[in-house]
Amino acid sequence: MQFFFEVLIGGLLAGVMYSLVALGFVLIYKASGVFNFAQGAMVFLAALTFVGLQEKFGLPLWGAFPLTLGVMVLLGIGIERVVLRPLVNQPQITLFMATIGLAFFLEGVAQLVWGTEVRRLDLGLQDEPIESVMERFNLLISKFDLVAALVAGLLVAVLAVFFNKTRIGRALRAVADDHQAALAVGIPLKQIWAIVWSVAGFVALVAGLLWGARNGVQFALTFVALKALPVLILGGFESVLGAIVGGLIIGASEKLAEVYLPSLMSDFLLKHYDISINLAGIEGWFAYMLALVFLLVRPEGLFGERHIDRV
Amino acid sequence: MAWKKTVAAAVAAIACIAGSPGAIAQQAGTQFIGITGYRVGPYGANGAAFFGGFVDYLQLINQRDGGINGIKLSGEECETEYNNAKGVECYERLKTKSATGPTAIHPMSTGITYAIIDKAPTDKIPLITFGYGRTDATDGRVFPWVFPIMSNYWDAATGIVKFIATKEGGDANLKGKKIVLLYHDSAYGKEPHAVLEAEAKKLGFELKMIPVPHPGNEQQSQWLQIRQYKPDWVINWGWGVMSATALQTAQKVGFPREKMVGNWWAGSEVDTEAAGPAANGYYAASLNLGGKGYPVVQDIEKIVYGKAKVGSNPKLIGTVLWNRGVAAAMFTVEAVRKAQEKYGKKPVTGEQVRWGLENLNIDAGRLKAMGFNTMLPPIKVSCQDHGGSGQVRFQQWVGNEWKSASDWMKGDSALVRKMIEDSAARYAAEKNIKPECMGG
Repeated sequence: MQFFFEVLIGGLLAGVMYSLVALGFVLIYKASGVFNFAQGAMVFLAALTFVGLQEKFGLPLWGAFPLTLGVMVLLGIGIERVVLRPLVNQPQITLFMATIGLAFFLEGVAQLVWGTEVRRLDLGLQDEPIESVMERFNLLISKFDLVAALVAGLLVAVLAVFFNKTRIGRALRAVADDHQAALAVGIPLKQIWAIVWSVAGFVALVAGLLWGARNGVQFALTFVALKALPVLILGGFESVLGAIVGGLIIGASEKLAEVYLPSLMSDFLLKHYDISINLAGIEGWFAYMLALVFLLVRPEGLFGERHIDRV
Repeated sequence: MAWKKTVAAAVAAIACIAGSPGAIAQQAGTQFIGITGYRVGPYGANGAAFFGGFVDYLQLINQRDGGINGIKLSGEECETEYNNAKGVECYERLKTKSATGPTAIHPMSTGITYAIIDKAPTDKIPLITFGYGRTDATDGRVFPWVFPIMSNYWDAATGIVKFIATKEGGDANLKGKKIVLLYHDSAYGKEPHAVLEAEAKKLGFELKMIPVPHPGNEQQSQWLQIRQYKPDWVINWGWGVMSATALQTAQKVGFPREKMVGNWWAGSEVDTEAAGPAANGYYAASLNLGGKGYPVVQDIEKIVYGKAKVGSNPKLIGTVLWNRGVAAAMFTVEAVRKAQEKYGKKPVTGEQVRWGLENLNIDAGRLKAMGFNTMLPPIKVSCQDHGGSGQVRFQQWVGNEWKSASDWMKGDSALVRKMIEDSAARYAAEKNIKPECMGG
């Protein structure tokens, strides 16, 4: 039982790391109704810029953070000017395609400016077990994962206040519903988009720092975005809370599935059909399969808004 | 001479053009070398080091020696991003670029090797798979166009088992021990399965194989299983981000890094520097030693970077993968040199280079004369043995560099040879190939 809880807790904490990336997607989706394919590239760019600035100018963490945030804000404003503004009132698929182009552009630019070498990112926090928990309960809980969970919780709280209690937050929701109608009632669409892309840049920076500190800053950071997809399908594309809950479900279920399902299925096949096969490695697709099943039952996700179109 | 890069990403193109004064893609009378490389994408950091060393060595041959017996080298690099489809596209593009073909192709990917292995005999282009690719291709009677030069994956796997046995006090002490193979869930990661299963049966250790899905940046469940299983050793068959993540997660679950041994694609600075202190004590097999203490490396630094200023990236000089790239380029150059001995001092074709590769004999004296000294073991290729060495060496990460942890050693050569011949024979039967030496 102790092992089960270890896998479960580890999975929940891993899920929080997925949620951090998923939050960036939610922000953009809430503001424009567009799935931002470039979110993974933004995570990579933010982390690479952070370590690049540290390396080039010998900056401490607190020095590199605001500078990188500045870069991400400028990027957000630039994306609004160059990519989004010309596409106002275009179909959402057009905006989506634009973000695909943006993803490749950002990946290329990041490597052009800072190089392709793998870099270590030291946040002063080792990925080690909490000794007191280990000694008392023989349970492995990582200090690093726990801090990441706290950061994610804080981000959710801040974003929830931002969306629900501020004028900009309410305007964001109006823009997501209908660009033209939002413009008609005087909502400054351009500013709203610039702000939301900048906030998404901030979220990408936080996610990039945590993932980068864990695995090193390298191109593979762009792949963490793929883990956010099932999280979004489960939690709902428009819900900040959904990103967290979806992350927890995906993280826990994929870890439990990877640890327990292959041996159960292998034993079953051997016992009933005399087939010996190693089914380990289902973690790579299990989350997507779960999301697919969920999509069939509840297409809008756990916390997503149900869309009803009048015909 | 310079290198015209046809790369998919702007970054590599610009970086390359910047480092290519007086760009000459190819000239009549030069030996054209096609390179299917990768410097961007998920494995870009590994590729940049390997192909940086590769191109730097070719530059050295031109700048220092004026080419091979007066025949200058020219070339073109095509970006594959470690993607099989792009690898095939690059291969198709490069094979028509020169009257003599691309000399020899280093796919630098087991997946790409598998994708083009059946094309090579038709196109008469030798494939050099230095430490990767299809292991049974070591039998040149069935795979005359493929050269898994020096050592193959099965040499690595049995070498690792032998290294572990040495640490445990002998083969007999492996009985009852538990060893985990943590592998990249790809063709590359599955290559050592059969030989490790045979070793487990022979030596009596318990083997558990745990896959890590691509790219390997999340390994919580794999390492919790390892923690529960309590193995004596973990073999890390990783690539790219997977290795750094494995080291970090091993630290998280409290598994000692001194009980982890990587293969030679999981044992470079790219893997350990990203993991920081979590990598300390980690062992890895190696095809070559890193470091700048070799005359050939010093020549490149002095001539290619210093005098001619056409080097790839000074930060990479002497790293394990950069040195490996230098060694890989040397094999191509020496094969051309050998072919020129027989076919004359002129640009040679793929067919002639194939003969050169099959008759390659780089002994300790030749290694010293070329400035490689102990970076590599002596290599003698033959029709039966397209590897030519089978040796492997171990190194340990000590916080800021790799330190040698063994001498050159062989794994279970008899077992490996038998398995190679059995597997090659099955392939020959399947493809209706009559095993025989091709000759010149």
